[in-house]
Amino acid sequence: MERALYDYLLRRGDDSLILSQRLSEWCGHAPTIEVDLSLANLGLDLLGQATLFLDYAASMNADVHNADALAFHRDAAEFRNCLLVEQPNGDFAQTIVRQFLYSTWQKMLFDRLAFSKDPTVAAIAAKAVKEISYHADLSADWMIRLGGGTDESNRRLKAGVEWMWRLVPELLVADEIDNELITKDIAPDPASFETDFMTKIAEVFAEAGLDVSPLPRNFASGRRGYHSEHLGHLLCTMQYLPRAYPDAQW
Amino acid sequence: MTHDLASIRAILAQVADPEIPVVSVVDLGIVREVGVRHVAITPTYSGCPATHVIEADIRKALDAAGYQDVQIETRLAPPWTTEWITLEGRDKLKAYGIAPPDRRTYASCPQCGSDNTEELSRFGSTPCKALWRCRQCLEPFDRFKCH
Ligand SMILES: [Zn+2]
Repeated sequence: MERALYDYLLRRGDDSLILSQRLSEWCGHAPTIEVDLSLANLGLDLLGQATLFLDYAASMNADVHNADALAFHRDAAEFRNCLLVEQPNGDFAQTIVRQFLYSTWQKMLFDRLAFSKDPTVAAIAAKAVKEISYHADLSADWMIRLGGGTDESNRRLKAGVEWMWRLVPELLVADEIDNELITKDIAPDPASFETDFMTKIAEVFAEAGLDVSPLPRNFASGRRGYHSEHLGHLLCTMQYLPRAYPDAQW
Repeated sequence: MTHDLASIRAILAQVADPEIPVVSVVDLGIVREVGVRHVAITPTYSGCPATHVIEADIRKALDAAGYQDVQIETRLAPPWTTEWITLEGRDKLKAYGIAPPDRRTYASCPQCGSDNTEELSRFGSTPCKALWRCRQCLEPFDRFKCH
């Protein structure tokens, strides 16, 4: 098994899976029916991406049967998602900030991943990037609407940025797993689109009336399995059924 | 039995999309390749819940016609696009009350034909559709998103 590629697939699959699970928590609770549908659809797109990446990872590992085995039978420390996606929904503004930061980054990553030397990775990314463009647009629209809405919506948006901003640097670092795949042209170097990413953030923040703070130093290592307390609680809900009833069928 | 391409194609043309049953999987461009030993299909959206149902429905239709040994293969690349929806498929969507996908910034109301319409939400009843409203006849309608 190619260890680096396997880990990279888990990182991509887990980001999508965990963010999808977070978005599904909004189902039936969103402020309007249109928002409810939007968030559920975003979650569905992400779940589809997660299934494709995790199925591909499972195909490389004889000990793992399929994507479901990876999704439902790993513990928190075995998940490789970034800390941003596991953060709690908070209020609608906090959810939108998380989505905007992640989708903007994910769009730029997948634009490049679509040209991966690994044909399966390239195919998954090329398919997903069309969906992610919607996610990035939708969340940018809401950033601007909330920022320019009422004092209350603006205050909540700022609080959301306050919460999420410290988790952005984790998206931009490359470790030895990334570096191995960067060398093989399987994955892009996140540094190659950092400027584009920061420019886009600055553009939308300016329209939303937000200041861009300098990025702090990265402290997070979700990619190595060091997670915040929030992931365990999320997994309790997500994994309960298949663990309590291992033979359950839909 | 002999495997004949034309009859395999005819079987596939009878398999309805589970979410929009007026169009077939061929109309939607989901069927990418038909051979005597295999059929290649592609998902519309990565997370489209209909994907599994579609594969099962095609399997059932092929089996029923005696084509148990025709394999179904899922293909991701090149990614599905609404450009692959056939002209016939577009007409069927419109007749069903769904505005077919196109590159215009506005949609024509499938009920009254008016172009005086507005988007209510980019996400509609399924991942592939947006929710629109006609300002003329005031009816809401689904529009197939360009993808
Ligand atoms: Zn009308």
